[in-house]
Amino acid sequence: MSSYSITEPSKRQKWVAGVLVILYAVITIMPLIWIIATGFKSPADAISYPPKVMFEPTLEGYVNLFTTRTRVSPEALQALPPPATWYEGIVRNRDMVIAGPSRYGERFLNSVIIGFGSTFLSVFLGTLAAYAFSRFKVPLKDDLLFFILSTRMMPPIAVAIPIFLMFRTLGLSDTHLGMILLYTAVNISLAVWLLKGFIDEIPREYEEAALIDGYTRFQAFYKVVLPQAATGIASTAIFCLIFAWNEYAFAVLLTSGTAQTAPPFIPTIIGVGGQDWPAVAAGATIFLVPVMVFTILLRKHLLRGITFGAVRK
Amino acid sequence: MTDNPIERAATATPPRLARRIKGLSDRAIAWIFVAPTIFLLLAVNIFPLIWTINLSFTNFRANRPNREVDYVGLRNYERILTDSDIWLTMQATAHFLFWTIFFQVLIGFTLAWLINRKFKGNDLWTTIIVLPMMLSPAVVGNFWTFLYQPQIGLFNYVVSFFTGVDPSSFEMIGSVNLAPWSIVIVDTWMWTPFVMLICLAGLRSIPDYIYEAAAIDRASRWRQFWTITVPMVLPFLMLAVLFRGIENFKMFDLVVQLTGGGPGSVTELTSINLKREAFEKWRTGYASAYAIILFVTVFGLASVYVKALNKVKER
Repeated sequence: MSSYSITEPSKRQKWVAGVLVILYAVITIMPLIWIIATGFKSPADAISYPPKVMFEPTLEGYVNLFTTRTRVSPEALQALPPPATWYEGIVRNRDMVIAGPSRYGERFLNSVIIGFGSTFLSVFLGTLAAYAFSRFKVPLKDDLLFFILSTRMMPPIAVAIPIFLMFRTLGLSDTHLGMILLYTAVNISLAVWLLKGFIDEIPREYEEAALIDGYTRFQAFYKVVLPQAATGIASTAIFCLIFAWNEYAFAVLLTSGTAQTAPPFIPTIIGVGGQDWPAVAAGATIFLVPVMVFTILLRKHLLRGITFGAVRK
Repeated sequence: MTDNPIERAATATPPRLARRIKGLSDRAIAWIFVAPTIFLLLAVNIFPLIWTINLSFTNFRANRPNREVDYVGLRNYERILTDSDIWLTMQATAHFLFWTIFFQVLIGFTLAWLINRKFKGNDLWTTIIVLPMMLSPAVVGNFWTFLYQPQIGLFNYVVSFFTGVDPSSFEMIGSVNLAPWSIVIVDTWMWTPFVMLICLAGLRSIPDYIYEAAAIDRASRWRQFWTITVPMVLPFLMLAVLFRGIENFKMFDLVVQLTGGGPGSVTELTSINLKREAFEKWRTGYASAYAIILFVTVFGLASVYVKALNKVKER
């Protein structure tokens, strides 16, 4: 680096730019910090005016998230044996007893099953298709690729009408399998486009060398290309997972009980007189934090993932 | 043919065939690899699309599957295109589209430009700014209704802190005038980083020597900005606008959770309106025609736009 460059921003410029960007970052992150903080507030602290920044943390929101509770009279409460666990204690302080677990655990598990199931399928099928599009002369290649992309332009509600009828006929409504297939179909366009980009970047010479060494095309694919594409496949998988994890429109229309995922469920967590905000925030925190972690891990490939591989850094 | 099962099993895959499978021709592998994807998309996208087109000419109602279905020709289309409520929906959508894209481009580009000043730690802050974009819009949208609460919400508190307005005097979600802006604010908060990332890639793609040459020619900073930076980032920016345009035309989850289309129907975007017709009023035939019209609109606008984008790229 030269001691002086006419294109290098001046010290003052850098300083001003840094301050402005940090200011924006702090403002933009506030709602997320507020979600996490509200999860640890008591109901009274959550709805106090002015909004409380300093508060005594409690796990009441998390307890309420995972349990259903019933109110009992103070006399009946006195007659009960002392609380066996800390969370019983928290609930008793509100003149209530735990009636059973809530549905949050199930809904979260559904999100995990459907998310991972559809991610596995779309990455598996996507890798095969992307390899073929990258290496072979496929008739009507550009048309097929565009067709795959165009399936992403339909508003989900528009597709949901016939899918709703189709699932009803086939008995796939509100099943894990139905949702996995649906999310696979939605994600596969992303998987094919992203993976094609990653495979395009692997030099053909590697495979050609393998073919000359007597490998079949298939062996060359899984012994040479796949290991080279591992990072690309991993980041594609995370993008598919995040999409399936966040999806709401299909989930709310096509599932109601058995296969309902967390996003339609979290907004329905209610307490006495409206939404139980600490419990909602607790549910949101558990649901959102994994995605935040993934985003930080993915930051190098983020741009590529969100633009379907159209922009690579 | 022999009846001995062991022999039969042994010859079930003759060595020649086995070799053929392992050494399939490239053409065959290409088909085997592509076929499952195409099949899945045909089953879950194209078949339903054709079904929707077919339904759009009928008066079918999904909540009464046993009722006789009549073909009504183009009547559904005619009713949609002459329905004044749908035009209100379209206006709400246009308002949402225009202002979200306007603010996201303005703020996103500015941020990218600032980050490209390469101050210390810019990577860390970029990652923090990006976080909202990756989160579930439904869950986050639901929580924003809490931030927008008139008395106790953080948003109203912050606004009143800086402007001195009474925080319980305005309702972002409940008021007819403010609700359209409440969804614009949250969408801008969520998706500005998307535009920012793409602009940043554009800015970083401009080689230093162009600026050096301009500086040697004594072009002012201002002039460099308008004759080098802007034209070279433009294709990237247009791509970002395309993505945001398509996504926000389809917008459902965030707005449903925030306002549910209300108050009245001032924030009832097309997708929400469509959901109401299809899954609350159960006018399946009518809603199918509506869906087709929306799809044709997105597809048509996107194709025109992509042509313009390619022209800009060629320059």
